[in-house]
Amino acid sequence: MQEAVHAVEGFLYPNEVELQWSILIVLYPYITGLVAGAFILASLERVFKVEAVKPTYRLALLTALAFLLVAPLPLQLHLGHPERSLEMYLTPHKSSAMAMFGFVYLWYLMVVLLLEIWLDYRKDIVQLSQTTKGPVRLIYKALTLGSSNVSPGALNADDRIGYIITVIGIPSAFLLHGYVGFIFGSIKANPWWSTPLMPIVFLFSAMVSGIAAVMMLYIVTTWLRKKPLDMRCVDTIAKYLFYAFVIDFSLEMLDLIHRIYEADESFHTLDFMVHTRLFLSQVILQIILGTGVPLACLAATQLWTFSEPVRRKLYFTSGLLTLIGIFAMRWNVVIGGQLFSKSFLGYTSYKMEFAHREGLLAAVALMILPFLLLWGLVKLLPPWSEHEAKA
Amino acid sequence: MRITFKDAAHLIRLVIVVLIAMAAFAGLRSLMVPESFGQYGHYRGNALEEIRAKPVSFAGRQACAECHDAVVEAKKAGKHVNIGCEACHGAQAKHAEDPSLKPTKPDTAVLCARCHEKNSAKPHGFPQVATKDHNTGMACGDCHQPHQPKL
Amino acid sequence: MSTSRRDLLSQSGKWLFLTSAAQAALEFVLAGNAEAAPTYNMHTHWWAMTIDINKCIGCGNCVRACAEENGVPKGFFRTWIERYDVPSWEMEHPEVDSPNGGMDGFPEKPIKGKSFFVPKLCNHCAHSPCVQVCPVGATFETPDGLVLVDEKYCLGCRYCVQACPYGCRYINPKTNTVDKCTLCYHRISKGLTTACCEACPTGCRTLADLKNPKDPVHDFLRTNSIQVLKPQMATGSKVYYRGLDGSVR
Repeated sequence: MQEAVHAVEGFLYPNEVELQWSILIVLYPYITGLVAGAFILASLERVFKVEAVKPTYRLALLTALAFLLVAPLPLQLHLGHPERSLEMYLTPHKSSAMAMFGFVYLWYLMVVLLLEIWLDYRKDIVQLSQTTKGPVRLIYKALTLGSSNVSPGALNADDRIGYIITVIGIPSAFLLHGYVGFIFGSIKANPWWSTPLMPIVFLFSAMVSGIAAVMMLYIVTTWLRKKPLDMRCVDTIAKYLFYAFVIDFSLEMLDLIHRIYEADESFHTLDFMVHTRLFLSQVILQIILGTGVPLACLAATQLWTFSEPVRRKLYFTSGLLTLIGIFAMRWNVVIGGQLFSKSFLGYTSYKMEFAHREGLLAAVALMILPFLLLWGLVKLLPPWSEHEAKA
Repeated sequence: MRITFKDAAHLIRLVIVVLIAMAAFAGLRSLMVPESFGQYGHYRGNALEEIRAKPVSFAGRQACAECHDAVVEAKKAGKHVNIGCEACHGAQAKHAEDPSLKPTKPDTAVLCARCHEKNSAKPHGFPQVATKDHNTGMACGDCHQPHQPKL
Repeated sequence: MSTSRRDLLSQSGKWLFLTSAAQAALEFVLAGNAEAAPTYNMHTHWWAMTIDINKCIGCGNCVRACAEENGVPKGFFRTWIERYDVPSWEMEHPEVDSPNGGMDGFPEKPIKGKSFFVPKLCNHCAHSPCVQVCPVGATFETPDGLVLVDEKYCLGCRYCVQACPYGCRYINPKTNTVDKCTLCYHRISKGLTTACCEACPTGCRTLADLKNPKDPVHDFLRTNSIQVLKPQMATGSKVYYRGLDGSVR
């Protein structure tokens, strides 16, 4: 009965028929990847002094925060006992990658992201706490921590601490997403996951997806606000997207070639899976549409000169396809890793529910939520007024 | 430019907020971690006793032998000597506790075939028959004595 | 009455399934008062299991007994039996089936090569990958060598299910926590053997205590060629197979 539902082929250990990790666990590395990527883009401006991407600095930070706040929700929804999740912090098991991830997350949220945003926005917060009316004012008041000191000395202190935080933040962002890769890469029982390349592949795909997401957000928000697009900024972002993509693509190809050449005991099974049950999501969506096409578009913009409207269309297409491609990559890792039996003798399939705690509806809602949060954050802490005043 | 104490006041306030949060966490942790956690290792020590305290369904062959010593004696002469009583008679802990609960006698027409039905994957030398050829419609118990299974 | 019990006790040493702890506690068990048995001492045991492939007849008694003893939910298995059919021209690709975990036995089918049954259960690994990944300490290795789950502490994150190379873990739909073989901890700590061993008609499975120098397991391991499942995983598996074919995975 159960086997018929899951279109079982060959032999599975009897407890393996049902998949353990659903689409929500696909969302989780996707969302944390966007966080890490967006932050790394923000730090380009701050630490590496890439002035051209300045218009996206604050937007990137707020994007990272909005997605980071949502990141634990899919995990929470997926747990058999969500009310026990605090145990992860109360009695963390030191040998568990998942337990340590809780602390990496907390470190990143509290020490890096919130602090950096607070320091960067403190002048605005103090100003807003004096000019805003109504209950929102209380939020600003609380955020000032009761200190309205925005003297040059105080702002200088903020700037210097902020710089240090960003410098710490880059390895932290690497750690955040590298760690997500380690959660999968360290499972020796699963040959589809178990590779030391997993953390670094996750990291670079995170940078690719985060940079693409901020680029798209910048293009879309500028269009929504009916403001002129700073083409120099978008060109620069696209250039970094291209570089990150080349590294990401090389790493994934290295992994693939290595698997094909070594052809260990699991190869026969995994190869068959990629050619059948994962063909659409892996070959079509991830490799051809999600990597090949955007990489070609971005390479073209680096090699030849196009007019502005053409570039905008190329960037938009590449950004969109990249985001779909990276989502497909997460899908292929998480779901693909559960479609074959650990006996290497059979396959099962993933049947996504619709209106279910772990179904499609929940996943879509969780994907919309960060944008709502971002909208709220943008209202609360406007990222653009300052730059436009200058321009 | 040096950072003066006055200009860092808001940062000091932040540090105080963080310290309060950490103290609150430490307090919460000492309240919420189960008492026996860490007794033997990184887990709740009481869990061991809880699992050990679960009731049994199979009484075990010694418990059977306590009353049914005649059957135990009879089995010694046959090939089934080493088979536990509950392998055929099912879980009998309830019966062992309260002998007035009478278990139902197994139907040999079904029971024996579980082990002795012909199957190509069974070890060679293990006695097996194709029941439909061996005994059309008869129960095994009509000819064989399960406790001493020779004809 | 008391005489026959003494007779039994003197005999019990010869019974291979009986351990030293079992003998200590037996008197109380026989008196129907297992709870009053001398306190079980975890530090004097190191539990394991031996399985003799040449004795398994695929009757499914162990699977049924386990389900009854432990209330295993339908469709999930703490122990199960696989039937292998290994063609001699394709040793790497055996045909395997395990209808309903072997609970209802195996219907006869034409075979292509050599065919045999393989009973499986949690290997109670000494270096368990499942314990390693549990984020909260809800699954653990006990001082007496078992891998257990604390159902009052498990989050249901399922990371351990992913980490087990043998497919021994499942989510119990009644508790929404992970569940697996306990090697009948509630029985062996009272001096009984496991439900699967109790019900096995051929003595294919035997509970073993490696810390008991008199346990026949030592002879068994010394005089036979022994294999564990997936030795390349280096999990310190404590379910020892005699006569296990290389094609089994």
